[in-house]
Amino acid sequence: MEIALSVNGAPVARDVAPQELLLDFLRDSLDLTGAKKSCEVQVCGACTVLVDGLPVSSCCYLAADADGSEVTTIEGLAERPEFDRLEEAFTRHAGLQCGFCTPGMLLTVSALLESGELGSEEEIKRNLAGNLCRCTGYRGILEAVEELAAAR
Amino acid sequence: MTTTVAEPRTQVGRSAPRRDAHEKLRGQAQFVGDMLVPRMLHGKVLRSPIAHGRIVSIDTSAAEKIPGVVCVLTGTDLTDIDPYYGHAIKDRPILALDKVRFHGEQVAAVAAETPAAAAAAVDAILVEYEELPVVGDVETATASGAPLVTDREIVPGLFHGLGDLAPRDGNVCYRYRLDKGELESVFAHADVVVEGEYTFPAVYQYAMETHTVIAQVEGDEITLWATCQHPFLVRAEIADLFRVPVANVRIQVPYLGGGFGSKSYTKMEPLTVALARKAGRPVKIQNRVGESMVTTRRHNMRCRMRTAATKDGRLLARDVVALFDTGAYADNGPRVVATAGDAAPGPYRWTAYRIDASCVYTNLAPSGSYRAFGATHMQWIGESQVDEVARRCGVDPLELRRQNLCLPGEEIRAGGKPLDADLVGDVEKVAAAVGWDEPKPPFVGRGVSAGLLAAGAHPVSSAVCRLEADGRVVVLVGTTEMGQGPRTAFAQIAAEELRIDSDRVTVRGADTRFTPYDRSTGASRSTTIAGLAVQRAAADIRQQLEGIAGTSEIDSADYLALMRRHFGFAGGELIGRGEVAPIGTGSYAEGPVFWEVCVGAAEVEVDPETGVIRVRRTATCADVGRAINPQLVERQDEGATLQGLGNALFEEMVYEDGLLLNDTLLDYRVPSFEDLPGEMTCVIVENEDGPGPYGAKGCGEGALAAVPAAVVNALADAGVPMNELPLTPERVWRRIQELKEDREWPQ
Repeated sequence: MEIALSVNGAPVARDVAPQELLLDFLRDSLDLTGAKKSCEVQVCGACTVLVDGLPVSSCCYLAADADGSEVTTIEGLAERPEFDRLEEAFTRHAGLQCGFCTPGMLLTVSALLESGELGSEEEIKRNLAGNLCRCTGYRGILEAVEELAAAR
Repeated sequence: MTTTVAEPRTQVGRSAPRRDAHEKLRGQAQFVGDMLVPRMLHGKVLRSPIAHGRIVSIDTSAAEKIPGVVCVLTGTDLTDIDPYYGHAIKDRPILALDKVRFHGEQVAAVAAETPAAAAAAVDAILVEYEELPVVGDVETATASGAPLVTDREIVPGLFHGLGDLAPRDGNVCYRYRLDKGELESVFAHADVVVEGEYTFPAVYQYAMETHTVIAQVEGDEITLWATCQHPFLVRAEIADLFRVPVANVRIQVPYLGGGFGSKSYTKMEPLTVALARKAGRPVKIQNRVGESMVTTRRHNMRCRMRTAATKDGRLLARDVVALFDTGAYADNGPRVVATAGDAAPGPYRWTAYRIDASCVYTNLAPSGSYRAFGATHMQWIGESQVDEVARRCGVDPLELRRQNLCLPGEEIRAGGKPLDADLVGDVEKVAAAVGWDEPKPPFVGRGVSAGLLAAGAHPVSSAVCRLEADGRVVVLVGTTEMGQGPRTAFAQIAAEELRIDSDRVTVRGADTRFTPYDRSTGASRSTTIAGLAVQRAAADIRQQLEGIAGTSEIDSADYLALMRRHFGFAGGELIGRGEVAPIGTGSYAEGPVFWEVCVGAAEVEVDPETGVIRVRRTATCADVGRAINPQLVERQDEGATLQGLGNALFEEMVYEDGLLLNDTLLDYRVPSFEDLPGEMTCVIVENEDGPGPYGAKGCGEGALAAVPAAVVNALADAGVPMNELPLTPERVWRRIQELKEDREWPQ
């Protein structure tokens, strides 16, 4: 089936199979490999992308359902001027290690910073619980996000 | 008289930002799963649906007819080679040959043009099994007349490093024993004896990136892009299996999406090579999470332990029998068991001990390395007995440790390295960090734990530094960057030696064709051993520059002029070489390279109505000798703390009759943001007592062994002693009901 959508601000039209997942579509058809495949059951958050500004697990989201939407991946987010703040804070607090969860984490953080849902430590812990990180122990990420939220 | 004033260090000891942050944050960092190789096919593995059975027949005819399928690989394709591998014991065939021995074992594999065609073909392979009795646990495996998981005799692998291996004894493939003093007579005369039986669960490392391999076979040249921590050891095993020269096997390791031991030694590489060999084209195999869970895991274990002491709290003797479930193939089980054996006594001044740890085959998935193996298994048990001694003697647990812990220089294991750390100081620091002497609210308890982990593995590493004609330095070293930050730390070390800024140093990843040999990335060894090789390689360049200048009084600003003088033009490069080789034989018996400190403390609160545990505070000690990058050290301990909490509180692979029941993250839970303790402290201790550069020694594992032990002790302090992990609410609640029946609750 034919779908037409915007990916990182650029129009994309493609023929996709009805069962094709958004994650596979982005990685295999568009060569956007920043979104990662891990749990495949919408638990880990490594595949997170934004669809019309909201974080979704692209491993459990049909490409067909993104028809007519605006999709943002880490490659697109990294081009935005406000990304520099994210990069600076995550770098300074070492809020990353292996980097496999990092793109998904940043997309969730950027969307929730925008909507003001990371106001307190409790909010951060609750609202980022859908993005797992096995390396950092979360502290560096927490410190970076607290700082970013306070600066808004 | 001359006085030498040491120059202040400018590069080492500061929290330089991670060198890989920019790439990783922007999604540009390449992992194996992101790579494409020309003409690459997609591989998919057919795995056994049963735990133990004879393969009666395999019919691949329907699978081969599916459009896009290039080939189907079965055991009959492996008759031209000896298909058994295993770095410790060569017990594992590339594909199940006559029998399947665990749920999830590799039976056949498909290479196809698309992942969908490969998956369809796997579904179309027909296998008939004749089921055999399942050896589902270590008790069954060690009972007399137990069915044998394998009837093969022990064939030592290339890298077990444990001396001569004894013949297999039933299902026991390796046994590690330590004996000191007259055990029975000490127990017979002791005032206090604590004893119990304990169980530790099977645990999944969950590196978020699953095992992924691309293999290409061209004549006798084999190229791999692989998620492996130890590319040089994998290279040797692949060369041995496929009978090609070692130098013909090229392994490239990009960034790894976590390792934690799950990607140590050889995993999916042999099967991917065998499939690519048959297909005649490159093939990628990427595990799903459920497949990686059965590729390797942490050993589940049963243990009987008793500890003897005097009535005033002097520790006398310890007796340990432990059975480690290594699954159907040994993987790194023998080393896990030996390391557990070394950790089992605990770092105390014993009159006598007897340790008897067995590595046992069962029909479960193979078990291997997971961060702080052996120590994590044993420390919570030994330390809970130390606390019980303290309770019975009426001595404060911290005070009891002050009196009994070994001091620097004291013997830990006969013939091995003496203690190289200040454990008493370390324990005092973590206790203070959780408010040891503060009043406790109801249902709140505090615990400390102390232990040691034999670290460093075999100390062989090499590194090359290249000073280029633009004044920049490239470091070639085989260490795998899997998140722990060696590229950042090595840049700091090279920069320190060359008195330049670390921004001018680039550290490349492993490509066995060009990178010099490094034994492995694990056992907390990289900063210590590979770091020492980097330091020596950089110092070698500095020495060459001083030679060119004819004086040691040179400044880094002079380097380019010196190179131009030496080479006579604006090119050339100075090449520095650094090697680390063992002092002595480097054998396990003479080791370890250093004792990694496993010291932690915790404060927990238990809900008496639900059994739910809330972790209020944790503290761990990174006794690192010298912190090359303090921020990276802290982040290592924090990551290990969360993994320790997962291991202690809820992580468990659930098996029933040899079948794994929870093979997705929906029902295998790992710690999330919500599992962060209320406070998490990492105390860095720098006594410059390590064998690495500037007195450094490794870290990052010790906290994982220390935290579960501290949590168990804190829970016992709150009134609920436990002898089974994980500490799920149900288990804790049931224990509270037992205590109520015995009128021991509330305290």
